[in-house]
Amino acid sequence: MSSNKPQDGPVRGPQHEPREGFSRRTFIEGVGIGAGAVGALGAPERVRAAGNDVLGPDPVSITLNINGKSHDLMVEPRVTLIDALRNRLDHTGAKKVCDRATCGACTVIVDGSPVYSCTMLAIEAQGRRIETIEGISTEDSMHAVQTKFVEHDAQQCGFCTPGLVMAGKAIAERNPRPSMADVESGLSGNICRCGTYVGVRKAVYEAARGESA
Amino acid sequence: MQNFEYIAPTDTIAAAQALSPHAGVTAVLAGGTDLVSLMKQRVETPSRVVSLRSIRSLRGISKKGGGLRIGAMATVEQLLDSGAAAPYRSLLQAARGITAPQVRAMGTVVGDLLQRPRCWYFRNGHGLLAMHNGESLVPNGENRYHAILGNKGPAYFVSASSLAPALISLGAQVTVAGPEGEREMALADLFRIPASESERENTLQPNEIVTEINVPGASGWRTATYEVRQRQLLDWPLVTASVAVRLRRGTVADARVVLGHVAPIPWRSSEAETALKGQSLGESAGEAAGKAAMAAATPLSQNKAKVHLATVAVKRAVAMAA
Repeated sequence: MSSNKPQDGPVRGPQHEPREGFSRRTFIEGVGIGAGAVGALGAPERVRAAGNDVLGPDPVSITLNINGKSHDLMVEPRVTLIDALRNRLDHTGAKKVCDRATCGACTVIVDGSPVYSCTMLAIEAQGRRIETIEGISTEDSMHAVQTKFVEHDAQQCGFCTPGLVMAGKAIAERNPRPSMADVESGLSGNICRCGTYVGVRKAVYEAARGESA
Repeated sequence: MQNFEYIAPTDTIAAAQALSPHAGVTAVLAGGTDLVSLMKQRVETPSRVVSLRSIRSLRGISKKGGGLRIGAMATVEQLLDSGAAAPYRSLLQAARGITAPQVRAMGTVVGDLLQRPRCWYFRNGHGLLAMHNGESLVPNGENRYHAILGNKGPAYFVSASSLAPALISLGAQVTVAGPEGEREMALADLFRIPASESERENTLQPNEIVTEINVPGASGWRTATYEVRQRQLLDWPLVTASVAVRLRRGTVADARVVLGHVAPIPWRSSEAETALKGQSLGESAGEAAGKAAMAAATPLSQNKAKVHLATVAVKRAVAMAA
């Protein structure tokens, strides 16, 4: 249990670099305990974004605004936004695939722009408006981009889908009348190895233009 | 990623003072699109990261004294959206080549200039010069994307910046802040071909920060950037050419031609500029400039094709500027 306490540096171990002998189930359980402990610890060293304080390398308290809700957590400065979202805050919609700012599976929207959450440090995401796939729909209604994904069968294995939906949402919000070339360019930061691009482009194109099928 | 301490100063001098004068100890974080990946690969292992995000004076893109000022934290997205940048056609053409909206939103213009080389030997931990037993691995290795100019060794990588060729052709200057104060220099002088593994591909001291780019007014200049690409989206170009020309009575009076991805630095071609001067901007002038730019090329074992691509890039950039 003690190895899951934040001050012992849980991000240093298997949470970041799962090794053999460490199952997905124990991995997820460990993360759950870690997140609970964070809440209990409070916030001893609050980050002042404008200050000149040296923070870390031990965990520091940060606050993230995700889908309109404020979350306090303890992270080492090296923890990326995606690891904070997935491993600490149970927002597992964004996927960690390439982890090198290329594939787009980790895409979330920050201050209205799509970003690679694998390549933004969590500590740098403070004071910014973070939107994840979890926040764009309710139990009763999907976002227009999601509805269009279903209509156009725009997914196969689904691993790239949350990132593509968020990239598509960002296009739709910026441009109510995108051309197909705008859609292609706007989705160029996301890769789908199943090759669902045709359906994805149609879905985003129609969702942005508010077109019904 | 190796663990590090983090500091986000509110002014540039404090940021420079938070940096170590010794290479490799500390790192500057702006958009992070390159640095964070380099730290994950353990190519960069700083013990302290100095973030520029709290320094207000580094933000924004604006008109300044008839020219354009680009702050160190201004993103590629802001450049593309900026009305002030609209007259700088070749710069915007180059910026549009950075397609992924995620990279545009996070990545800064200055970060594009200072991104480390994309050479796969370097990225895989063989060092900037890929030296092994006193010799570079590149000339006899996988070098199809490597340098065709400025490659007498030991550096064979290419400068990865998409925007530097356009900015240099527009006569850009950069301001650099260190712990003692600021200095200015031509953007071209920010780059160098390293002579040993202890040198970098830029002339910054380890505790210096580029604070802004200043581009003079483009009035009277015809400018264009042409990129040759293997993939249209989400990749670096194979070769780029940026040209800026000024005509007098129908013929070229002034010309600047700068190629990207052909040398360890953005490569200014005085040969191509000479070929353009006094000519009218037609296809034959562009072709002659392209050939002149490549006259001294020394391709490696796998990249002869880049010589042809660069010839064509210059020709097409001249045609676009006409």
